[in-house]
Amino acid sequence: MSEKSDVTARGAGEAKGGGDPRPVLRPPVNIFEDAHGITLEADMPGVSKDRLNLQVDKDTLLVEGDAQIDVPAGMEALYADVRVTHYRRSFTLSGELEPDKIEASLKDGVLTVRVPKRAELRPRKIEVRAG
Amino acid sequence: MFGSLTNFEGSLLDDLWRMQREMDEAFTRWSWPTGIRSVARGTYPPLNVGVTPEKADVYLFVAGMDPKALDLSIQRNLLTISGERNVPEREGVQYYREERFDGAFRRVVTLPDDVDPEKVEATYTDGVLHVSVQRREATRPRQIEIK
Repeated sequence: MSEKSDVTARGAGEAKGGGDPRPVLRPPVNIFEDAHGITLEADMPGVSKDRLNLQVDKDTLLVEGDAQIDVPAGMEALYADVRVTHYRRSFTLSGELEPDKIEASLKDGVLTVRVPKRAELRPRKIEVRAG
Repeated sequence: MFGSLTNFEGSLLDDLWRMQREMDEAFTRWSWPTGIRSVARGTYPPLNVGVTPEKADVYLFVAGMDPKALDLSIQRNLLTISGERNVPEREGVQYYREERFDGAFRRVVTLPDDVDPEKVEATYTDGVLHVSVQRREATRPRQIEIK
């Protein structure tokens, strides 16, 4: 097990300092790492750009958003898989990542967050010399 | 401390989720009959159905779709939504989590008997497909005048 995968080690709605009692929806995520950084993709259908909150507090990345669904007045629910419209999930970042340079985009309800690694900490190929 | 040495999450919330799932399964096994077309909780994609006297509305939560890859059909009051979501598999990366649904899906919704299959509208916004089907005028509740 690698110890550098902190970003994956914590999830769920246990974000520090978030005493929000509302029930939350945990967006499903894909997280993968390449030589330059870590990418997180989250499914948050119903969330538009202005209802998305993405913030980094020290080493915690918080992904939060409200789904807005236009529902006609007086609608009676027959069936509902989705009963909560507030998405929330947080992740712990590790030291070699650069939270100041996070980039994010949102398209059709899919949030993509790119967390780059510090340049000096990117993996280097170590040459083994014959001796 | 130990948490970060492993990739397992093991949070209380996950345990609660699991408990809820087990309860659901336990109860549906021996309680009242379920709809013949109903599916297990957690089936992708999640959907909500609501009705007003004028129409029936179906909301399908499918993020990141090309609307052209969604296939909608209605037969009398049976609405079928199918499609395929392709989450590209990156090469040369290490995956830690792959929770996003990838592949083909299909869901069937039974709408009220009085919907008009000729009057359907569908829009896709922010990853939510909204299908709206009009109900027939004759069956709408109306005020009865007392003479």
